[in-house]
Amino acid sequence: MRKIKELVIERGLLLSALITIAVTVGIVLVLSIEAVNFFSEVSIIDFLTDPEWTPLFTDKHFGILPLLSGTLLTSFIAIAFAVPVGLSISIYLSEYAPKSFRRTIKPLLELLAAVPTVVYGFFALMVVTPFLQSFIPGMSSFNSLSAGLVMGIMIIPYISSLSEDALHAVPNSLREAAYGMGSTRLQNSFKVMVPAASSGIIVSIILAISRAIGETMIVAIAAGQQPRLTFDPTVPVETITAYIVQVSLGDVQHDSLEYKTIFAAGITLFIFTFLLNTISYRIRKKFQEKYE
Amino acid sequence: MSKDKKESVIESSIKRKYKLQAKDVKVWYGDFMAIKGISMDIKPNKVTAFIGPSGCGKSTFLRLFNRMNDYVDGFKMGGEINIDGSNINAKDINVELLRKQVGMVFQKPNPFPKSIFENVAYGLKIQGLKDKAFLEERVESSLKQVALWDEVKNDLNKSALALSGGQQQRLCIARTLAVEPSIILMDEPTSALDPISTAKIEELIYKLKDKYTIVIVTHNMQQASRISDNTAFFYLGELIEYDKTNKIFTNPEKEQTENYITGRFG
Ligand SMILES: Nc1ncnc2c1ncn2[C@@H]1O[C@H](COP(=O)(O)OP(=O)(O)OP(=O)(O)O)[C@@H](O)[C@H]1O
Ligand SMILES: [Mg+2]
Repeated sequence: MRKIKELVIERGLLLSALITIAVTVGIVLVLSIEAVNFFSEVSIIDFLTDPEWTPLFTDKHFGILPLLSGTLLTSFIAIAFAVPVGLSISIYLSEYAPKSFRRTIKPLLELLAAVPTVVYGFFALMVVTPFLQSFIPGMSSFNSLSAGLVMGIMIIPYISSLSEDALHAVPNSLREAAYGMGSTRLQNSFKVMVPAASSGIIVSIILAISRAIGETMIVAIAAGQQPRLTFDPTVPVETITAYIVQVSLGDVQHDSLEYKTIFAAGITLFIFTFLLNTISYRIRKKFQEKYE
Repeated sequence: MSKDKKESVIESSIKRKYKLQAKDVKVWYGDFMAIKGISMDIKPNKVTAFIGPSGCGKSTFLRLFNRMNDYVDGFKMGGEINIDGSNINAKDINVELLRKQVGMVFQKPNPFPKSIFENVAYGLKIQGLKDKAFLEERVESSLKQVALWDEVKNDLNKSALALSGGQQQRLCIARTLAVEPSIILMDEPTSALDPISTAKIEELIYKLKDKYTIVIVTHNMQQASRISDNTAFFYLGELIEYDKTNKIFTNPEKEQTENYITGRFG
């Protein structure tokens, strides 16, 4: 009886693993087939080098660079804001704060990630942008700075919470060694704890980057919907994700070339997150080899 | 009196003085009283062993000398701990400086996940010392003192975690020696090691007492009798007997001491 139960559980687990793999393969297949269709009509060279993206206009251009720059710019701003803040929070919680404080504050921080992104989008548009405009004259109502900062707030808990877990998992004996050698709390944190937890911290940052690159709602609402090849954070831009929603929700005909652009954009996004995953995997392996 | 003779007289009078002193020390963890009023003096350049059953407060008491209990939740203490005559719990004491003077070696080897070189140089680096030649020299001399130099001199940039447990423990001792403390506290430093590594560390402790005052907690009676000059027997938060090691192991005053020691030998 017991044996049968275990067999059923085992098969069940295997099945769910297989379903996950099948879904992933399916997504990649659909993306690839549609993208191949697209590239039979648009040259891949144009796609990668044309500085304009205007598939919905009469004068059509299919250069991905403007969407890519919008995605990278907003993500960069988010990360540049979230990494120092998130890391400081994690170090404070794990190395300085009393246990009771840590226990209450951590779930509260994690709530930040649970706020619906549409709320963040309007927060960026209605609160942060006017605030920034008050001291950046000439800033447009849609811009990547505001969207990026708010996206940064959203991903802080990814960094603070996972990094804190990584720091917390460092054996207490290392803390004792650091303090026993006469380290201050600051030296203990930055010379011993952060290096010891570095692989976990890096993974948390990469996860946050993936999250930022894939984020849709905030940028669609607050960064504008104007593909533009620029690194000026005060003007409207469009990210890959925002473009995909725009077309999916619009009245573009489903088998048209215009519609297929979203698969080309989608596969670009996919390649990016795939690269990030690979990098994070490599980094993790390297650190493991170094310290094991 | 010649100059040399005069100096040796002064030196011996310094040596006769006590290095560590505890005066009516009490410790609480929350409501639980772990140390119930202990006074003792520890002589310089001697190895002093703390023995006693598990939970009697040896570690708690040992960690008072470098204030390692400061971070423990609910820790409170009364009484006074003096090092070279000055109270280490006084307001103006810099704990970090105190810990550079009072090194500690723990039960489980705990090298930093850094290279062998970085481990030994750590204490110097956090003091702001950067001169490469100086660091290299100090790393070499520290590793030589613990007889690890020949084993690792070609692998100084390798991770310390790749060493064996016994080598790691000697590395941890070298790391402590590198900042030139005057006192070394050891909390069961060999309990996680094999007999050969243990023998090496015992030999090392024996050699180190020329330069350092060593206090060692041990559950190993043979170890205490082999390496220590004085032995203190603790029981339930109290110091039962403290005397020359020879005396404690051959002719203890208190029955409790005798029971503990003989019980251990079977
Ligand atoms: N952080 C702490 N919080 C609460 N109680 C503690 C703490 N550390 C130690 N104690 C208690 O204080 C007493 C003394 O503990 P201590 O670790 O000093 O004993 P020990 O003699 O070193 O024992 P062992 O030989 O097992 O290492 C024990 O009863 C223990 O339960
Ligand atoms: Mg102990």
